[in-house]
Amino acid sequence: MSDPGPALSAQKSWFIARARHRFAMTRECALLLPRVCAALADPRQPGSDDTCLEKLLDWFRTLTEFDPAVKLVQDNPCLTEFITSVLALPEPSPSILSFTLRLAGILAASESRFQHLQQEKLLVRLFGGDGPLSSAVWEDASVRSGWVEGVHSMMHHQPALHFLCNGGGIDVIFALQGDPSLFVASAASRLLVHMLILSVETETTKPLSAKDCDWPACAQMIIKRVEDSLQSSSASHVEQSLKLLTSLFGSCRSTWTEVLWLGIAKQIESFLTEKTVQVQHMLANLLLSMAWSPVFCDSEGSFWALVTSALEHLTPVQAGPLAVGILRLYKCPQDVRIQALTVLLQPMDCILRAASQPLEYAGLLDESVSDPATVEGLLSSKSSCAGLLCQTLAHLEELLSLIHLPVDLPYASLLRSLMTILQFCNGFLSPASPLGSTISRILINCFRVQRSALDVLAALSERKGCDTLIGSLFDVLLAYLESPNTSPTVLKKTFQATSKWLVRLHELSCSNSQWQQTEKILEDVFLVLQKRLCSPCWEVRDSSLEFLTVLIKSLRDQDEFRQSLLSSEVPRLTENLLEDPESYVRASAVTAVGHLAFITYFAPESPVIGNQYDKENTVAKLQEILSTDPEGFPRRAVITIFTKWLRQGCTGQLEDTEQFVSRVIQTVEHDLDWEVRLGGLELVEVFCSQTICQLGPPKCSYAPVSSAVTSSIHQNKSLQVFCRAKLFSFLFRSLCDCDKPVGQRACDILLALRGSFYPISTLKDSQETGDSPAGSGIAWLQRTLRQGSLAQNFPTDGGNGVDFEDPESMMLALGTIDLEELHDELNKCSDHVEKSPQSLLQDILATVGTIEENEADCY
Amino acid sequence: MKLRYCLSGHPTLPCNVLKFKSTTIMLDCGLDMTSTLNFLPMPLSVPSWAELKECSGHVFVDSVPEFCLPETELLDLSTVDVILISNYHCMMALPYITEYTGFTGTVYATEPTVQIGRLLMEELVNSIERVPKAQSASMWKNKEVQRLLPAPLKDAVEVSMWRKCYTMPEVNAALSKIQLVGYSQKIELFGAVQVTPLSSGYALGSSNWIIQSHYEKVSYVSGSSLLTTHPQPMDQASLKNSDVLILTGLTQIPTANPDGMVGEFCSNLAMTVRNGGNVLVPCYPSGVIYDLLECLYQYIDSAGLSNVPFYFISPVANSSLEFSQIFAEWLCHNKQTKVYLPEPPFPHAELIQTNKLKHYPSIHGDFSNDFKQPCVVFTGHPSLRFGDVVHFMELWGKSSLNTVIFTEPDFSYLDALAPYQPLAMKCVYCPIDTRLNFIQVSKLLKEVQPLHVVCPEQYTQPPPTQSHRTDLMIDCQPPPMSYRRAEVLTLPYKRRYEKIEIMPELADSLVPLEIKPGISLATVSAVLHTKDNKHVLQLPPKPPQPPASKKRKRVSDDVPECKPLKPLLSGSIPVDQFVQTLEKHGFSDVKVEDTAKGHIVLLQEAETLIQIEEDSTHIICDNDEPLRVKLRDLVLKFLQKF
Repeated sequence: MSDPGPALSAQKSWFIARARHRFAMTRECALLLPRVCAALADPRQPGSDDTCLEKLLDWFRTLTEFDPAVKLVQDNPCLTEFITSVLALPEPSPSILSFTLRLAGILAASESRFQHLQQEKLLVRLFGGDGPLSSAVWEDASVRSGWVEGVHSMMHHQPALHFLCNGGGIDVIFALQGDPSLFVASAASRLLVHMLILSVETETTKPLSAKDCDWPACAQMIIKRVEDSLQSSSASHVEQSLKLLTSLFGSCRSTWTEVLWLGIAKQIESFLTEKTVQVQHMLANLLLSMAWSPVFCDSEGSFWALVTSALEHLTPVQAGPLAVGILRLYKCPQDVRIQALTVLLQPMDCILRAASQPLEYAGLLDESVSDPATVEGLLSSKSSCAGLLCQTLAHLEELLSLIHLPVDLPYASLLRSLMTILQFCNGFLSPASPLGSTISRILINCFRVQRSALDVLAALSERKGCDTLIGSLFDVLLAYLESPNTSPTVLKKTFQATSKWLVRLHELSCSNSQWQQTEKILEDVFLVLQKRLCSPCWEVRDSSLEFLTVLIKSLRDQDEFRQSLLSSEVPRLTENLLEDPESYVRASAVTAVGHLAFITYFAPESPVIGNQYDKENTVAKLQEILSTDPEGFPRRAVITIFTKWLRQGCTGQLEDTEQFVSRVIQTVEHDLDWEVRLGGLELVEVFCSQTICQLGPPKCSYAPVSSAVTSSIHQNKSLQVFCRAKLFSFLFRSLCDCDKPVGQRACDILLALRGSFYPISTLKDSQETGDSPAGSGIAWLQRTLRQGSLAQNFPTDGGNGVDFEDPESMMLALGTIDLEELHDELNKCSDHVEKSPQSLLQDILATVGTIEENEADCY
Repeated sequence: MKLRYCLSGHPTLPCNVLKFKSTTIMLDCGLDMTSTLNFLPMPLSVPSWAELKECSGHVFVDSVPEFCLPETELLDLSTVDVILISNYHCMMALPYITEYTGFTGTVYATEPTVQIGRLLMEELVNSIERVPKAQSASMWKNKEVQRLLPAPLKDAVEVSMWRKCYTMPEVNAALSKIQLVGYSQKIELFGAVQVTPLSSGYALGSSNWIIQSHYEKVSYVSGSSLLTTHPQPMDQASLKNSDVLILTGLTQIPTANPDGMVGEFCSNLAMTVRNGGNVLVPCYPSGVIYDLLECLYQYIDSAGLSNVPFYFISPVANSSLEFSQIFAEWLCHNKQTKVYLPEPPFPHAELIQTNKLKHYPSIHGDFSNDFKQPCVVFTGHPSLRFGDVVHFMELWGKSSLNTVIFTEPDFSYLDALAPYQPLAMKCVYCPIDTRLNFIQVSKLLKEVQPLHVVCPEQYTQPPPTQSHRTDLMIDCQPPPMSYRRAEVLTLPYKRRYEKIEIMPELADSLVPLEIKPGISLATVSAVLHTKDNKHVLQLPPKPPQPPASKKRKRVSDDVPECKPLKPLLSGSIPVDQFVQTLEKHGFSDVKVEDTAKGHIVLLQEAETLIQIEEDSTHIICDNDEPLRVKLRDLVLKFLQKF
């Protein structure tokens, strides 16, 4: 084991050095700064661009971060002058005042500069009670926000802490917690947390304990305030303190937080039982942030008892987020976990009980944590029923998406409950209890609940233990698929759930050999799919096709599936949809037909042979779409499917593939949609790597001289194939594509090709080929490529002396053109133009300049 | 007092009679045709002597189909003053009422209702008369016989009331009694009641009716729709402030959303045709078919069905398609604006122009030459008991490639298909009923807020087949009053006011006196003149001159004799001030006693007693008339006279 210390510190110092260098106060900057400051403090200036001011603050933040020295302010007196002159303004603009407050805070972050500014009395005038605080401009939220941020920035040392605490600043910050501007309010709350932590961690002399808690003065002030406001009868005050505590426990994991907690635990507990102040909704967040802190979750103490009590006393809607948060924890007592699960499942249990005869099903839960009447009441009210169910279902989906669940859910009962909800929603279930009929009446045609339930249903397919219910589950799903009342969005979700459960059904029938049930279900699914493919609503046709594609992707190796599918009308109807008037549907039809091909003509043991599935016809149809479809989506789908076919080796022998690829790229290279052109490049990439793999690497590639290169060309079959397929003209043209991703991809492919054809050692030499016969053409190519996307035209017919189908020229081009440089050029961000501090200062001055010019005009 | 007589048990084919302020108004005149399902389809029958035939386990009457008429015994229908028709489906029993009951009144309906109603009747008569049946079965109706028959014949109700179809002359005679009205037109009935049709959004020319007097308003809502289809949208605002809202003609298939059903219709149609099969759509010649054709117009190209012929076969097909295009002012806004472009409002004109839709009066003649398969045929009658649909059922029933799609909700498709069993052809049930569903009703009632709702009893409980669907019933406060066939219902509203006109001369003579701030009173002496349910107050005739001679005296002109009127008094007597006044006038020993109703003032010396109560004052003294008069005048000082 080696000590990472030195390495890390070396890295850190390098980082600092680089940052210093990049953002340093250069001489040029130092010269510009006074003018900038003067301009900003000039009240005649129109409100400066906020972005510029933010960038300026960012710059100062980096400048000061690595340099605590007072030199910065000493060397640049314009900074303090700027602050002074802003303070002297009778009516400073809020944005400049806010900027000044934040700048002063940033400068005062180091103790030495803090003292410097103190000597000038600037900080008192800015942040003290007689500053902006008491002026009319305080009404502006940006000034208050600047004040809080300024204080937060300087709050890194004790002098700052004392400056504020002794100057009555704490009162201001506490008041700002209730600011009408949410930004200011939350910034104030964060500031208090920061100050509390700073005070405790820098000023404590001996470890704190519950018995002997001698809080430092500043911390004491804050804690006292928090304790007082917790006892207040005003809900908003209590809420502010709870928010503060939530963020404190979330950000600070030191043991003193427990000492603090012990002082207020009783009070917090009372919020659960005595509902005089309505703040229960805040408690879930507080408890969750504590549960993540090792200080509390490891403790044997009363914390978990409090969580248990919260689960009991909070309303189901409030307790839901707490329960799901607890279930995500790894460190949690099992009994609390079970209790959280019980809370979460209670609405589902209630549904199950409401739908069935007493004693028919045991329900989901053995016992409930809180009074079941509360949940029943919420579920039988029109205003809360759907909301509670959707929240519960969303939580369940969240839980099911976790790979490792710390608790076992009662999957079978959950599934039964989900099925019940879905049947309530479509009115297929006659409930046995009065509660059931109330719920069913509310839920009928409630799309929101249907969608959420179907999401959970889909997630549940991956959990085991529901197999006995699979038959009745498909009854429910098929009823949804068949019903004309199912809305298109619900139908889409039903398709998603059905596809997942069909996979599960298949796994199941493999293990228990109940093929008949599977066949029957598949038959029913395809029957309804047929109808849905003919729907007049395009969204329905589209999601039907997507469903089909998903099914083929996951079940194409299964005989029963293939047989059911091919003996239905679905394949024919799918092909019909290639001519759908809606472009999204055509695109989905292309994808579905492309996948269907895997089980029709590309399948080695194709079960159906004959004219019904005419491969040539389909390929021709897709190619026609690629070349003539007026919309981009279907064309993108075609190129994606072609690439998929090529990847899976479905395009036949090499010669056929070569012709196929050649045909496709000639269609694609003029496409107006860049994604289609990019798709074409992806196809080329796959083709290249497959060809090179198939034909083996070029021989004699180690030959060191250019003559050897030339001689090897004739043996390089891959290169010949690529030239014949007109790959290079496509690739080089793409380098000049006006859409950058296309150029980048083409460059990557060319680099890879060069890597295959040239060993690195030979590269340097081979680049000196100025006098070769193709040399002048290559020179033209180089010039053109340098223009990049500005190159007006890019003839590929050899008119410029470049024969893109000649292996020798192409080999030369690959070797000569500086692809790395092109690569770098293409990968630069679009805003790579200079963004140095100097240019920022110049920008600010430029706007000022116009004013000065105007002034000159006036005289 | 208002009475309602319910003559039809069918909630969507209502026939009610309302007695309201001395008028007798029949609301709709629907004909329940479900009775025809008990009969054998017409061309299927072969001459035989048996009245009943068994067909795949069901027994059918082999006879001309008969219809179940509205109740005629409940009240004397010759007393009906007017009949208000709400839409063309609800007037099919009209000839039975106007031609058989001694009806002498007027029928009110909008023009499209009459024209399309005529088409429906014409098609009905035509389809039935085209296949003459020798016999008409009546033996089975004998109660003793009927009791022994299998269900559903055994349970058929009021079979003695079932009648054969009317004839064309009867139709013409009935229609000649109709007076055309426009939406929002106010029609006075005998000066007592005003009736107004309002757009109901369900079909071309369909209306709801408002029946109102000056102080009462009854709304009759029958067959309304809030969906955007071809007709003018429903006028809801005018239904506000109703005392009673009679609600009939809600959707018959509350669980089927019409949009979903249209989708289902298109999908099944396309699937069948693509598989080489034919599609048969049993339908009425007007109504939903316009919307279906419009959907297909948008759908066929996208579904690749451009080459599939659509046939519309009905004796009135041509008129129906043409009529729909000329009633522009009865159409929804979108379609109305098309007329100004100018374009035909319905796209079926284009389907006809491009030869995609062809229409024929019957399967004979041109149709047999043009007929190509696979195809889609729209034809009647939806009961599958008569009309050309019977031929197509026979022609296509044996192949599973073909599909029959039921879109009309009036008949149970299983019952309709019963005599054709066993059937290989696919059957799809996509009932498209655009009338109000229960959610829409509850919104409507919230919006309109009638004091009372009256509806058929079927709407006050969940449908019998889905007893758990408590959402499928009317839910309002106070709960609706329900009625059933042959029931008389007293509407829960009492008339309390009547409007009376005052002649200007009389009004001139009145001198109102303000008795409280904002309230003035005046006494009126006048003659009440009532004619045509209008009441007018006129100046009283001058006091009759003393007769010149006793001979000429006669009981003249119904003019009542007028006595001179005493002034009326108002106000109250403040006891304290009254006592002071008495004392001023020399009554020294005044005593006041409080009683339950007022006060008693005692003048002991005069042995006189003044009893002052809220609405009367009595002076009781012993034969001292001057004293009484004196006291009376003192009392009157405190009161106002007018």
